[in-house]
Amino acid sequence: MSELMVQVRSVSKVYQRGKQQIEVLHGLTLDIPKGDFVALMGPSGSGKTTLLNLIGGLDQPTSGEIHVGGRRIDELSSGQLAKWRAHNVGFVFQLYNLMPVLSAERNVELPLLLTKLSSAERKQNVAVALQVVGLADRAKHKPKELSGGQEQRVAIARALVSDPQLLVCDEPTGDLDRKTADEILGLLQVLNREHGKTIVMVTHDPKAAEFARRTLHLEKGQLLEQAA
Amino acid sequence: MLGQAVAITGINIKSIPQRWGSSLVIVIGLAGVVGVFTALLAMAAGFESTLRATGRNDAVIVMRGGSETELNSALDRDTTELIKQGPGIRAGTDGKPLASAEMMVIAELIRRDDVKNGANITLRGVEPAAFALRPQLRIVAGRSFATGLRELIVGRGVLRQFQGAELGKVVRMRGSNWTVVGVFESGDAHDSELWTDINVARTTFGRSGTSSVLAALDSPGSFDKLKNGLAADPRLSVDVLREQDYFNGQTKQFRATIGFLAGVVTVIMALGAIFAALNSMYAAVATRSKEIATLRALGFGGLPVVVSVMFEALLLALLGGVLGALIAYALFNNFSVSTLGQNFTQVVFNFKVTPELVGRGLLIALIIGMIGGLLPAMRAARLPVTTSLREL
Amino acid sequence: MTRTGFVIANLFRKKTRTALTILSVIMAFLLFGLLQSVNHVFNAGADFVGATRLVTQARVSFTQPLPLSMVPKLEALPGVARVAYSQWFGGVWQENTPVFVFAVDPLRYHDAYPEYVMAEDRWQAFATTRTAMVAGKQLADHYGWKTGQKIPLSSNIFPQKNGSKAWAFDLVGIYDGKDEDWQKRTNVAFINYDYFDEANQFGKGRVNFYILKLADGARAEAVSKTIDALFENSPDETKTQTEKDFNLGFVKQIGDIGLIVRWILFAVFFTLLLVVGNTMAQSVRERVPELAVLKTLGFSDRSVLGLVFAEASALCLFGGLLGLVLATMLGVMVEKGSGGQFQLRVDAWVWLVGVAAIVLLSVAVGLLPALRARRLKIVDALAGH
Repeated sequence: MSELMVQVRSVSKVYQRGKQQIEVLHGLTLDIPKGDFVALMGPSGSGKTTLLNLIGGLDQPTSGEIHVGGRRIDELSSGQLAKWRAHNVGFVFQLYNLMPVLSAERNVELPLLLTKLSSAERKQNVAVALQVVGLADRAKHKPKELSGGQEQRVAIARALVSDPQLLVCDEPTGDLDRKTADEILGLLQVLNREHGKTIVMVTHDPKAAEFARRTLHLEKGQLLEQAA
Repeated sequence: MLGQAVAITGINIKSIPQRWGSSLVIVIGLAGVVGVFTALLAMAAGFESTLRATGRNDAVIVMRGGSETELNSALDRDTTELIKQGPGIRAGTDGKPLASAEMMVIAELIRRDDVKNGANITLRGVEPAAFALRPQLRIVAGRSFATGLRELIVGRGVLRQFQGAELGKVVRMRGSNWTVVGVFESGDAHDSELWTDINVARTTFGRSGTSSVLAALDSPGSFDKLKNGLAADPRLSVDVLREQDYFNGQTKQFRATIGFLAGVVTVIMALGAIFAALNSMYAAVATRSKEIATLRALGFGGLPVVVSVMFEALLLALLGGVLGALIAYALFNNFSVSTLGQNFTQVVFNFKVTPELVGRGLLIALIIGMIGGLLPAMRAARLPVTTSLREL
Repeated sequence: MTRTGFVIANLFRKKTRTALTILSVIMAFLLFGLLQSVNHVFNAGADFVGATRLVTQARVSFTQPLPLSMVPKLEALPGVARVAYSQWFGGVWQENTPVFVFAVDPLRYHDAYPEYVMAEDRWQAFATTRTAMVAGKQLADHYGWKTGQKIPLSSNIFPQKNGSKAWAFDLVGIYDGKDEDWQKRTNVAFINYDYFDEANQFGKGRVNFYILKLADGARAEAVSKTIDALFENSPDETKTQTEKDFNLGFVKQIGDIGLIVRWILFAVFFTLLLVVGNTMAQSVRERVPELAVLKTLGFSDRSVLGLVFAEASALCLFGGLLGLVLATMLGVMVEKGSGGQFQLRVDAWVWLVGVAAIVLLSVAVGLLPALRARRLKIVDALAGH
């Protein structure tokens, strides 16, 4: 079997809400091999978004270990995590979270401001990313001039531009109509099959999950075993 | 329409606490403008009222022609006597003309708040008639000076701003010692002066004439009689002014300067306040664009919306204006200061926050509020209903 | 795009709001520049006069003139290089416009004030022509006086022996200042003391001021004390100070200008803090999700703090600099328009203090929003929708 991209070992996450302690994940263990395309499904409150956040390095587990790309990330400081995220993960959210004040290409360029690339090099990477998602002709448009599907493509381009190995998607088609959703999911498939990106996607839509290689179900913070 | 406007306004006002940051900006901004405006002009008003209180319109000051201020004026003995005999001057209880020859001498005292630099004040040498001519002047401590002795009485204002001139103290002037034997109060510019016997002043300071003659008219209408009568005499070249007009004129320079300063500062601050108010009201309109659109969709007209926004702006502006006026009043009303008068001596006066001043300040606040509310109000009224609802 | 480009782009987010905020900042710094220059002129402008001259006046007040008989005594004092004197003339131009005119001994004054620059032959003409007058460049330009003209002036204190207040003088020269500071002080005219003393009705050989040029500025205090001690207990007691102290003392008599200016500026900046602070707070509040996304992309907490600070600074810097520039321009206009009567130069010192104020303002308005941006937790912010 190819190497593992993500290793989750007995991970628990507990939140403090006022005086109450809420345990969202219970001793979860999970492997995601390189090149996999995993859909995480479950009812609301099941902890799927929490798990996604932990894998993507947006949050730290209360206990347990998380290894991504061979690196242990559960013990990194927030500053180290930020650096790690910049090079290793790309995010796609449900609501596109593009900067409304920037054009499409400048939005895609944002992550590159954290690198030491020159202006010319940055421009080149941006062009390539926009090409891959098929939006090269919309580079100068602002988000409000783009359709929902186009905005999401820009978001995907931004997630790709630093060439991370892992893509983390939180309900990427939740706000799109059927046809546009299928296009976006098709793009994710291309990224997975032709570009070798490992993708972990949270969704509540079974049809979206069909685009993935396998689906994992969560309920009340624990995995229900199933293979696609 | 009115009912709609009232209803919308009610909703607006109730939601102000949610936007307390922006609303506070308007209130504080206007408080600043009105506060500074009021404080500056209270200075001018105080100075003016002190000097205006000085002097009646049935008394005249006679000075050497063209001198404009007592300091520059010098009359010799003969001229002084001729003036006193002028037509239209009331006779005193002793049958002699009710007129006082007065001599201005510059003296120096140390200020209470700045001990390094002395400041100049006026020593006025007077004749006994001076007291009869100024009925508002009363000795409030000690006694009046004795003729022939180097004794002084000092005005209340002098004690407020200067040290070393308290009752019983000895003041040194030009190589001679003078004892303070009394304190007087007259509620006007004379409170900034030291008084003594004119003859003692003459001999001590080596002068022989007078600076001016203060005379009572037998009726306010006799002014022209006296003025023409003195002008007709070829031996005399004098200026005759009503006492009130003389002191009024002394304030012109100061009032002009302060007025100019207050004008410039207020205009700039007001512009700043207008921009700030516009900012806040635009924000207010933006945050409530959905509500406004909903109301419009329900059938409320555009005009009530405009009225309600304007009302909010005016209310906040007025609040700020009142706050500013209150602060100016609390901090500065009756605050005692002194400045250089026309004779290069100090005039002590109080800041005076008058109702008229407060009124003007509030008017400015309302104008600023109106401008700050107008454009946003119009924008609110013209909001396309469908766009705003879509943002919901 | 660079990070700076990103910061600027964010300022254009709500164009109206940014524009209005910057306008408020401009107004505040316009006022700041004008008021500080007024304050500066009044309270610190005396430095350039140097410490090599003393001013002696009657102890009680300079309105009480001193006798010329003091001259030989003053000249005999060690440390005194030259004795000059001047008498206030009380000049009035046309109906009632006051002009600064002093009656002086031309050559003595010339020696005491090398900073006044005029051709030597003009000084000689001044000295030898009884009815001569020399005027400062600012003054002459303002009234359009030219050398060779007869200038009619009246005095509101001194009539001529025939009783008339009208005087006339021959303008034999126009003097200028040796440098910028001294050029600002060319709004005074001088006439011949001898002529004045002889021709005026009250002439009796007295002067308001003695100006003593010292051989060694370091001995200023010692010489001052000597002079005052010399005339103590005489009918003409004196007060002697350095020219700088004399100027400062005069300003003090007008009032505590500095205090007034400080109060006004305090009110202005307090309000400005609120205005800009509110804008920044709103701006950050609206962008919580965006800031969270920046963090997901890998921007550290600290760099997000930096972005917000940069935004606040850009607002304050842009508005502040524009305001100071406007103040400078306005100051020049006021100076030109009043013929040098109102010296309102927004100079380097005011700019320095202004820039310091800009920095302070940026920190004050940027701090809380920037801290908030730094503290933002990604998951909480994103969970917001």
